Amino acid sequence: MSRSDVLVDAEWVEAHLSDPNVVLVEVDEDVSAYDKGHIQGAVRLDWKDELQDAVRRDFVSKSGFEALLSRKGISNDNTVVLYGGNNNWFAAYAYWYFKLYGHNDVKLLDGGRKRWELDSRALTTEVIERPHTAYVATEQDRSIRAFRDDVLAAIGSLNIVDVRSPDEYAGRLLAPAHLPQEQSQRGGHVPTARSIPWSKAANDDGTFRSDDELTSLYEGAGVDLAVDTIAYCRIGERSAHTWFVLHELLGQPNVKNYDGSWTEYGSMVGVPVQLGDAPGSAEGGAA
Amino acid sequence: MCGATTGGLSVEGIDVTTEAIIQGVVVSDAGPIGRAYVRLLDGTGEFTAEVPTSPTGHFRFFAAPGTWTLRVLSPGNESVDRSVAAERGVVAEVEIRV
Repeated sequence: MSRSDVLVDAEWVEAHLSDPNVVLVEVDEDVSAYDKGHIQGAVRLDWKDELQDAVRRDFVSKSGFEALLSRKGISNDNTVVLYGGNNNWFAAYAYWYFKLYGHNDVKLLDGGRKRWELDSRALTTEVIERPHTAYVATEQDRSIRAFRDDVLAAIGSLNIVDVRSPDEYAGRLLAPAHLPQEQSQRGGHVPTARSIPWSKAANDDGTFRSDDELTSLYEGAGVDLAVDTIAYCRIGERSAHTWFVLHELLGQPNVKNYDGSWTEYGSMVGVPVQLGDAPGSAEGGAA
Repeated sequence: MCGATTGGLSVEGIDVTTEAIIQGVVVSDAGPIGRAYVRLLDGTGEFTAEVPTSPTGHFRFFAAPGTWTLRVLSPGNESVDRSVAAERGVVAEVEIRV
């Protein structure tokens, strides 16, 4: 798989605005962003209301995903191009989610909404309705999704990559700093997890760094790329960005995203937690 | 996680005694810049958070006590860095000119 199979730039998108097989999908943390202006022809996907089960903490079921994509007018053979705000965090999350349910042809717009805006490219408020489809999903591909027991078993043996900011890793912040810090879970990180913030994989404008830069980033931070990797953050969206880098751009075969992430791990009773800037030992503890 | 924070000077509804808030406005000679991007970098220069400015050019962060750098990206302008100190219980107000 090459970078052009999974990542497109603004010129590519502009050249395919009238391509009936290409579906642009905007996914934002701020779901009102789409209403203020989006790329021509793009449909909106609400990461919270549409991609999460309404009752328990989990994703929508296979049939729920099929109904959602059918309603959005997305077919199995469409090329889906995802983009969004927050440096594509939620677009990368949706990318991983589409892969989880077996959609083959999905790509990210490099730099997402920010790069598009910084280039002063056209946005519209016109909303289009796509004809409904009969989308068929596969069962979830569990080889790319980690659960809490996978993380506990990986402590001290597999690569665990904490992609939150250094202050969240150390326990000085409990959430990204654009959100209030009042949280119920404990601060800190999974013992032995390496701190490699998602942002190190991207330039200031949100585009991804080169493959060579990315490889040296992870190897330089002590990640053995021959060993399986679990990435996590707070709710699994920033770690989907890193999953995209490791699995899709660098072609690492065994990389899982732990979508429970710190809001689950930091709330569990009796599991080891490490405070401070160092990975720590398997038992965890104060810095 | 709810919707992204859009900036604003009102701290109504926020318990400012428990937060170390950094907020302000991005302006140019032509007035406030909406849809600029403000990045919050920690003491080592590492990214911590980012928000787009509101239509009135405002932004807000909930930081930890310490010294931070704000970096502003906006269409057609060079990026601008600005140092700011945050303290719990204090709202640090910053105007950044690009």
